[in-house]
Amino acid sequence: MRTDIIEIRWHGRGGQGAITAAKIVANAAFVSGYKGVVMTPTFGTERRGAAIFTSLKISKNKIYDLSPIATPDMVIVLDHTLLEEVDVTAGLKENGLVVLNGPKPVSEYTFKGMKVAVSDITTHSVEAGLPPGIINSGIIGAFSKASGLVDIDVLIDAIEKEFSTKRPELNSKAAQIAYDNTAIGGM
Amino acid sequence: MAPKEFCKMISRSKPGPGDGGNTGSWRVLRPVIDLKACIPVKMNKEACFNCWLYCPDSVVSKTIPPVINFEYCKGCGICAEECPAGAITMVNEATPIEEDK
Amino acid sequence: MHIIESGNVAAATGVKLSRAQVIAAYPITPQTPLTEKLSEFVEGGELDAQYIPVESEHSAMGVCIAASTAGTRAFTATSANGLLYMNEQLHWAVGARLPIVMCVANRGIGAPWTVWNDQQDTIAQRDVGWIQIYCNDHQQIIDSVIKAFRLAQSVSIPVMVCYDGYLLSHTYMPFDQPEQSKVDTFLPKFAPTHFLNPDDPANFNTVTLPDVRPGLDGKMAPGYIEIRHNLQEDLRASLDVYEEIDTAFAKDFGRGGNPFVEQYKCEDADFVAVCIGSLSYQLRDVIDIMRDNGVKIGVMGVQMYRPFPNQAIIAALDGKKCAIVFEKALSYGNQGALYADIKSALYNSKDKPLVHNYILGLGGREIKTRHLLDALNESCTAPETFGDSPRWIGLKL
Repeated sequence: MRTDIIEIRWHGRGGQGAITAAKIVANAAFVSGYKGVVMTPTFGTERRGAAIFTSLKISKNKIYDLSPIATPDMVIVLDHTLLEEVDVTAGLKENGLVVLNGPKPVSEYTFKGMKVAVSDITTHSVEAGLPPGIINSGIIGAFSKASGLVDIDVLIDAIEKEFSTKRPELNSKAAQIAYDNTAIGGM
Repeated sequence: MAPKEFCKMISRSKPGPGDGGNTGSWRVLRPVIDLKACIPVKMNKEACFNCWLYCPDSVVSKTIPPVINFEYCKGCGICAEECPAGAITMVNEATPIEEDK
Repeated sequence: MHIIESGNVAAATGVKLSRAQVIAAYPITPQTPLTEKLSEFVEGGELDAQYIPVESEHSAMGVCIAASTAGTRAFTATSANGLLYMNEQLHWAVGARLPIVMCVANRGIGAPWTVWNDQQDTIAQRDVGWIQIYCNDHQQIIDSVIKAFRLAQSVSIPVMVCYDGYLLSHTYMPFDQPEQSKVDTFLPKFAPTHFLNPDDPANFNTVTLPDVRPGLDGKMAPGYIEIRHNLQEDLRASLDVYEEIDTAFAKDFGRGGNPFVEQYKCEDADFVAVCIGSLSYQLRDVIDIMRDNGVKIGVMGVQMYRPFPNQAIIAALDGKKCAIVFEKALSYGNQGALYADIKSALYNSKDKPLVHNYILGLGGREIKTRHLLDALNESCTAPETFGDSPRWIGLKL
């Protein structure tokens, strides 16, 4: 089995922009030297508001297997209400990481044997000036802080490129505020 | 070696009388033009020519009066259908023979 | 410049760079984002083309036939039942020798209804006469679309560029987007061999008699069988033309060099897994595991399925112990279509390998590494006892 692939599973709801967020991280990872980047959304039908997930695999080498992630290294949860309906840690590797958009302090969330990083993205994004409910740029800041995989500056560049016609500076500000306000706990 | 020529054969032909073969032998109904009603004849100028335009076998001439080439006219009746003056009638090929008797 | 986008966007970008002039398509999952992207390009002025919305795939191909007969570069795209609905027009397009290019995002065929990937849709069209090119990743999609336009106009035969629905159409990965100026040099302006020209009126494809007959121009006009023979000859000769085009592309863009089959660790291999599409890349990781376990095995992706590259197949498999053909489609009532074609090609080889057949992944059934490992181990352990019937992978009966 290949051990060079970092597997990141994104949990969100249809319409929250999990695919766009994963695509931004894919772009930033590629720019940072990860030549193998594959993002695989849920195949088939999607419905606004329904729980969905997206697989992102990154590696220094080309990736050939396009199947969905079964054993992620980290999961990113765009909406804490998903915890009640989806087993977001399914298959998560031991000492894996859960990055969560949630309103409560980090000590309130426990996932057995896992690290957890929490940021109240919903609030921080409004602080940044975005309309309520836009959270997919903010979550990228929390991902950067918690995972240390991709530099926040590279991610902010990728955010501004992706949202070039949709309030780029507010979206990057949301990511920066989230980055500065991500609490890490667990284990 | 000369480069190979592709697409040397396609179904392509020149439109014109006789392209469909000896189509005059197919004819059961014969178009007959009533020259008194035919527009270019009546006006004595190049006009109308719907029969020439619509003929699928190009067997009607663009002349005054229009002339039909019966060697290739298959008797489809489109000219009679399209003539705005109703000047063309389709006559059974057998009819004159009946009259000869 | 590298971009990270979906396979459908890679295809649309290839069409834009190839400067298609008429696009007519009907949306169908998983092809839809491709046609949406093309209509965006046209609407935004990035692509100077007529985008003609139609009410069905049959009409989409009808419009492409008309546009191509008028002498323009025409493109369409579809999937699954949409492709089948075009079938009658597909025969027409190739019989009329029109260089149309079409992308197919491969999907299973209903009934029962499915939107997920297999390759039954295009494999079922193998005998129509269109050239079929299959892609393994997004880079091959964008490159193949550009090469397909040049191939189609070089041989006056329409070309299908096929890629796995969802697995490639909806995943995102990096690929290089060639520069427009370089594509313009590589793909010359379309100069049709025949087209509707008011200055030189002609009938195309009217009733053609069983026998030859003299035309009005005094020349002998071919009958139906001569025209069809010429198509077959030209299809076989298209193999050489595609090889030249692929070589020219590799020179200009630095990619390619495997027009017919793409091999991985096959050189010293006793066993070679064979398949079409993205599965051949997925198998690379499995081959590496098998190699770690001491099995001399490689994998080969078949890139061009029609015309069938018999010589390349023989060159790749002659002298091997066993070829293991994995297929996401079959010729119902017989066996895998690729399997049968490979056996037929190998009939003329000196040192024939054994050939095994597995059917898998139909209707989007996930293909797990574990299943592929089990199948390969089964084939490599006692290759002589396998038999001539396909075995199915991952069935839950």
